[in-house]
Amino acid sequence: MTEEYFIQGNEACAKGAIAAGCRFFAGYPITPSTEIAETLAHDLPKVGGSFVQMEDEIASMGAIIGASWGGTKSMTATSGPGLSLMQENIGYAFLTETPLVICDVQRGSPSTAQPTMGAQGDMMQARWGSHGDYEPIALSPASVEEFFYFTIRAFNLAEEYRVPVFLMADETMGHMREKMIIDEEKINIVPRKMPELTDDYLPFEHVENGTTPMPAFGEGFKVHITGLTHDERGYPDTNTPETHSRLVKRLCGKILNNRDKISSVFSQFCDDADTVVISYGSPIRAVIEAVLKIRKEGKKVGYIKIDTPWPFPEEQVLELTQGAKNVIVVEMNLGQMYWEIERLLKEQNNVHFMGKIGGLLPTPDEIISKINEVEGK
Amino acid sequence: MRTEIRICGFGGQGIILAGIILGKAASLFDGNEAVQTQSYGPEARGGASKCEVVIDNKLIEYPKVQNPDILIAMSNEALLKYIDDLKDEGTLIVDPGTTDVDEVRDFIDEHNIKVYEAPATQTAMEDIGLKIVANIVMVGAITKISKVISKEAVIKAVEDSVPKGTEEKNIAAFEAGYALIE
Repeated sequence: MTEEYFIQGNEACAKGAIAAGCRFFAGYPITPSTEIAETLAHDLPKVGGSFVQMEDEIASMGAIIGASWGGTKSMTATSGPGLSLMQENIGYAFLTETPLVICDVQRGSPSTAQPTMGAQGDMMQARWGSHGDYEPIALSPASVEEFFYFTIRAFNLAEEYRVPVFLMADETMGHMREKMIIDEEKINIVPRKMPELTDDYLPFEHVENGTTPMPAFGEGFKVHITGLTHDERGYPDTNTPETHSRLVKRLCGKILNNRDKISSVFSQFCDDADTVVISYGSPIRAVIEAVLKIRKEGKKVGYIKIDTPWPFPEEQVLELTQGAKNVIVVEMNLGQMYWEIERLLKEQNNVHFMGKIGGLLPTPDEIISKINEVEGK
Repeated sequence: MRTEIRICGFGGQGIILAGIILGKAASLFDGNEAVQTQSYGPEARGGASKCEVVIDNKLIEYPKVQNPDILIAMSNEALLKYIDDLKDEGTLIVDPGTTDVDEVRDFIDEHNIKVYEAPATQTAMEDIGLKIVANIVMVGAITKISKVISKEAVIKAVEDSVPKGTEEKNIAAFEAGYALIE
């Protein structure tokens, strides 16, 4: 069965969360993400879920970590200023391997800068915002329909790898309305893998694929959860170098070793392209419009749409840009994913940057000018 | 074919709802593609408000309006701010009760702009008795002038978008706006 909607990206995210099985939301409303909280406040109780408006974003992260350990799929939604406050508990969620989803609808930054204007200034904060070594997963939707399906995928990845997953949207994505077709057959839900309750059960066991099934409180498991370095039972062991090294390497490894399953891109016209334009989130729509237009004029230009900024789809991007002379990275900041791409491709391509801040989407004409400028060199 | 529509005025005039109705009508009820975007300040009311709708019969990549085919101004401030973006031979629809089209007469003449005056605020007050439905009166006028969305689709979208219990007044407002244009 399919259903058609004409709704905002933020509403699509909320609907995706419910379809994915999310039954707990804690958050502090902030523009331009508020409609996610608003929609879930309205819809969660109807499916037996709970919505809590917390006193701030620090508490919101604490609440969803707790709810997740209670066995409930949980999420929060915020924007840059809130994401800053969440960082300490985000690190705690990584070390305690707590599955949850954090949606960041990015606005002009730093600080509280531009509440109602779009930006992509938090991409590196999603990567490195909390202290220490960890490997995040982040998805960037570029249409209302994608926001729905990417939210489901975010919950699925969170459960599969027992990690926090970021949905990195932007104001345009959050507030834009367009047609969304939900096809029930395209919805695939990953339920939480429950461990077997045995005497020698270890909640933080070093299993081969890196991800141990997660127990829930109230199901008979005795679990100790701590942000300190812990052994496989979950008890602190902070002074043994091997314990720490083994733990953190496993946490990073479970993402990096599965990069090919997690990372995804969409691309067109890269086979014969002299120039490949790379972008993600709402600016990719300007890129696609620009590329389709100048392709008609015979220019050999292709594009790559990055669906998962983290872990960065290194292999796919390296391969798709193999024959290109130039690569242009388009994003709404002064250079974030650009540095990741430059690091990756500098031996292979001339990597150029087109960044726009101020709140407005780059236009197709601006992108065409940049392509012409780069090719004229 | 891509049609770009920009509606602008003050926050509180229902500018964004007007755009949602047009987008919903085109996409869900006419079976075309539509994208609606908006920009507004942090104020709840009184700040500048802008709503954009792109309608096409094929998939829309770039969601924003660059040079509108149709500009609807419900405040003089908005008219002066956005008139320069309007396409040559484009269409300008103004509410004469809240705008002074003479202030942009040079641009209109120079770029062969078709101008329609739709007294939406006055019609809303006199015909419906509610100033608040001026946006829906304007939707009626836009529907008649633009010809890119069917009347039936817009009526369905109005019914689907306004608060329950207000459908009748809003449909009356739509019809009054539709009738304003020859």
